[in-house]
Amino acid sequence: MKDFQFHRPTTVAEAVALMAGKDGAKFLSGGQSLLPVLKLDLAEPTDLISLTGIAELREIRVDGQALVIGALVTHDAVARSADVRKHIPGLAALAGGIGDPQVRNRGTLGGSVAHADPSADYPAAILALGATVHTNLRKIDAEEFFTGLFESALAPGELVTAVSFPIPKRAAYAKFAHRASKYALVGVMVALTSSGVRVAVTGAGAKVFRVSAMEDALTKGFVPEALSGITVSADDLNGDAEASAEFRAHLIGVMAKRAVAACQ
Amino acid sequence: MSSAQGIGASIKRKEDRRFLLGKGQYTDDITLPDQSYAVLIRSPYAAALIKKIDAAAALAAPGVLAVLTGDDVAADGLGGIPCGWAVKNKDGSNMVEPPHPGLAHGKARHVGDPVAMVVASSKALAKAAAKLVDIDYDVLPGCGRLPEATAEGAPLVWDQAPGNVCFDWHIGDAALTDAAFAKAAHVVELDLVNNRVAPNAMEPRAANGHYAAANDHYTLYTTSQNPHLTRLLLAAFTLHVSEHKLRVIAPDVGGGFGSKIFHYAEELLVLWASRRVGRPVKWTADRSEAFISDAHGRDHISKAQLAMDKDGKFLGLRVHTLANMGAYLSTFAPAVPTYLYATLLSGPYDFPAIYAEVKAIFTNTVAVDAYRGAGRPEATYLLERLVEKAARETGIDRVELRRRNLIQPSQFPYQTQVALQYDIGDYQATLDLALAKIDYAGYAQRHAASAANGKLRGIGMSTYIEACGIAPSALVGALGARAGLYEAANVRIHPTGSVTVFTGTHSHGQGHETTFAQLIADRLGVSTDNVEIVHGDTDRIPFGMGTYGSRSASVGGSAIVKALDKIVDKGKKIAAHLLEASVADIEFRDGAYRVVGTDRQKAFGEVAFAAYVPHNYPIDTVEPGLEESAFYDPKNFTFPGGTHFVEVEIDPETGVVEVVDVAIADDVGVIINPMIVDGQAHGGLAQGIGQALYEEVQYDADGQLSNGSYMTYCMPRAADLPMFKVGNHVTACTHNPLGVKGVGEVGAIGVPPAVINAVLDALAPLGVKDISMPATPEKVWRAIAAAKQGKGA
Repeated sequence: MKDFQFHRPTTVAEAVALMAGKDGAKFLSGGQSLLPVLKLDLAEPTDLISLTGIAELREIRVDGQALVIGALVTHDAVARSADVRKHIPGLAALAGGIGDPQVRNRGTLGGSVAHADPSADYPAAILALGATVHTNLRKIDAEEFFTGLFESALAPGELVTAVSFPIPKRAAYAKFAHRASKYALVGVMVALTSSGVRVAVTGAGAKVFRVSAMEDALTKGFVPEALSGITVSADDLNGDAEASAEFRAHLIGVMAKRAVAACQ
Repeated sequence: MSSAQGIGASIKRKEDRRFLLGKGQYTDDITLPDQSYAVLIRSPYAAALIKKIDAAAALAAPGVLAVLTGDDVAADGLGGIPCGWAVKNKDGSNMVEPPHPGLAHGKARHVGDPVAMVVASSKALAKAAAKLVDIDYDVLPGCGRLPEATAEGAPLVWDQAPGNVCFDWHIGDAALTDAAFAKAAHVVELDLVNNRVAPNAMEPRAANGHYAAANDHYTLYTTSQNPHLTRLLLAAFTLHVSEHKLRVIAPDVGGGFGSKIFHYAEELLVLWASRRVGRPVKWTADRSEAFISDAHGRDHISKAQLAMDKDGKFLGLRVHTLANMGAYLSTFAPAVPTYLYATLLSGPYDFPAIYAEVKAIFTNTVAVDAYRGAGRPEATYLLERLVEKAARETGIDRVELRRRNLIQPSQFPYQTQVALQYDIGDYQATLDLALAKIDYAGYAQRHAASAANGKLRGIGMSTYIEACGIAPSALVGALGARAGLYEAANVRIHPTGSVTVFTGTHSHGQGHETTFAQLIADRLGVSTDNVEIVHGDTDRIPFGMGTYGSRSASVGGSAIVKALDKIVDKGKKIAAHLLEASVADIEFRDGAYRVVGTDRQKAFGEVAFAAYVPHNYPIDTVEPGLEESAFYDPKNFTFPGGTHFVEVEIDPETGVVEVVDVAIADDVGVIINPMIVDGQAHGGLAQGIGQALYEEVQYDADGQLSNGSYMTYCMPRAADLPMFKVGNHVTACTHNPLGVKGVGEVGAIGVPPAVINAVLDALAPLGVKDISMPATPEKVWRAIAAAKQGKGA
């Protein structure tokens, strides 16, 4: 690991100002993705700007028909939050199933979202619930946020500050985890929202995606059996030693049914 | 006191206090004055010519003390890493034993083969400088797996090994076996793979070498299961110095599972580098490095045939096995797929004829050597998969088929067709105990309950035997071992009666500091609090062979008991003098010497004190002091055995296998500490279930490793395992003074076939006939899908 400058600002403005003009700088949140990369020398930032001193990013609040979760809220805090459990229990359950207790105690919503790992759990919730990602500059719709493998709509130096999740009528997440890493091989979030049924799949492709055939079927009847006979093509899905693209395609169907069942 | 702390008492482990408080002292914890640090540059290629190494930039980098290469190793005349066991070919010729230099010279032969070493004043500087070493490789085709390495025209790992064959060995009687098959009513055939696993000790390997020029003396701290063996190999083969100039210390060691038996190049390299740079040199592997430099385990491909008569009585067994050796021969490697594998193929069964052929193959992979069980799990897996298949094909109940073939108690000592003579056992008793523990009779009900939840339930078993307590020196010498396998102990009674025991075995998780102290408590009546067990330092302990093959209690413990017998005998003479009685009238019991038939006695502590303050003492006939040594060479292997049951539930939609019940009954001989014995069984079961369901080192055809991290290599976790039901039925070993057999490996040996047999039992109604380890969700799902399509699996 190379030497770097370490900064610990206490406001968003200060953090963004520190980032300005530093091409080699990185924001550091819970460190659950960035630190392993640093240890393996796969990234050598000149500056690490720790966000952990910014109290304003640690808030969870209900804002009308949405739940707004600050970027620095840990997975464990999301899982335990009374507000999240009351309004979107499926999201609390998703957060409670990320990684292991050590990861959940350090890892944060904002860090996960900004990293845009195709196997992370949160992207499924963001897309299925039609969430909005707040940054220091703007608000980005879920549909526009995740753009590719570890790629998002964030501009260089742009900082995720919160995610606003519209409260659905019902929503649940079902994950088939990689047995070693515990990342999602396939994770499916199903949501019955005021604007319709949304089904989002993480882990299986280069980025989180929706399955319109399933959404159409569930619109007709929001029961697991509605998904019978719907298959997802293995084309363009990830395949590796743990799970081939065909197996992932199969698991999408299984996990989607289980998510719908969990909504009942 | 002895009854509360002696043999049979589940006292808590003395060593756990320091481990649980994080106060253990491991090799990497030891930092010497003026410490420097080494980083190894390892080949990223499975096979490559090393054309040029340009270290100029690295040598100019800050803090760099040296960059050493294979040329330097050769120039300084260091010896190659030796192999400790020679196996003969069928025709009596020697196996191919290629050179193994400390740093690859001219050619790298596996991913992870060390090519250069950078030594610097800090680890960070060494790592940074290592990136500046420019190595020009000419990449060659490699072969990473047995099928590729044995294919026609495969690239050769060694020019001197045509077909990549290291040796082609056999055991048993081919003609007798052919005759048995000729009269068989039924023959069962099975092809199977024993998957390759990485040892994954919690503590990665490390070595800290210190050469003190002023007194021309070397000290090595290393993660070793056998510091004396390491010192011997360094002295005689690699470093070329006399033993008295070399001290090897294996301090606290965080797990070994076999992988820390072997003499590794890094142990040589840090001592040599220390001599060159004039400072101590420390190397510590990170986890990624462990995956490509620790010796792996298993990796067999076998064909097996079982001949039976019309009643299911076994008539003969024929086995052909390919065993992966990796690119270099590790210390015990040739023994594992031969004398620790094929000699176990009779299992607990009465086999009139067995013939086994084993071909050992070089591949462009890291070495394969002993891993918890070492050969015996491979034999058990083959045999118990085969027996299960036989039960299914003949329609004979799996338990009944085994009962018909188990060796009967009246048949001991039992001579197998593959060289071993089992001294004692009661396989029916452990089978009955395991049947009770799993509630075999209630299985149908559990199966129905699982089915009601949409799950496929299966039950699987194995009846196994293993050979441990290695080993009689003369026997293993005749079989090609280049070392004796006795054990040594020194028992020092201090003047006030406390005790220090110096043992040649090594504890790296086994709990010797407790169990050996219990032997002292049992024999001398001294509290375990007043006993210290010293191991792991060649300057303090007698020459012993270390810990592996479940040998510590049966061989090391026996050496301690022999020394204790001498202590007790000497004490009798002292006590007789003090009590003014004849030695013949003195008995030692409950920590005191007594004159038989009287109330006159001297406590052991009083006798010890007299030995060191010999004012009133039989000084003409008895030397002062109370300290005795003993060496113990076992008369035979010991033969633990038992029955393991596993129940699984399979989710047919995802292929996920959940182990829902494990019940085992072992005969590990006399038990010193039941809690520690249970713990050893638990750990072995976890590793065995790991191999059956989770773990597999994946090399591609060319020898690239694709899952060398915990992101992709799946270790079993506590949450993956049920509470284990562990039972014991004891038959005492007949030939060692404690009656102990050994428990360290039984779980890893007995359980893998029970898991797979349970999986196949669950899937049998769907038409699935075979599945390989590890039974991953996708494999299970594909097997179900293929069976549904009527293709079988």
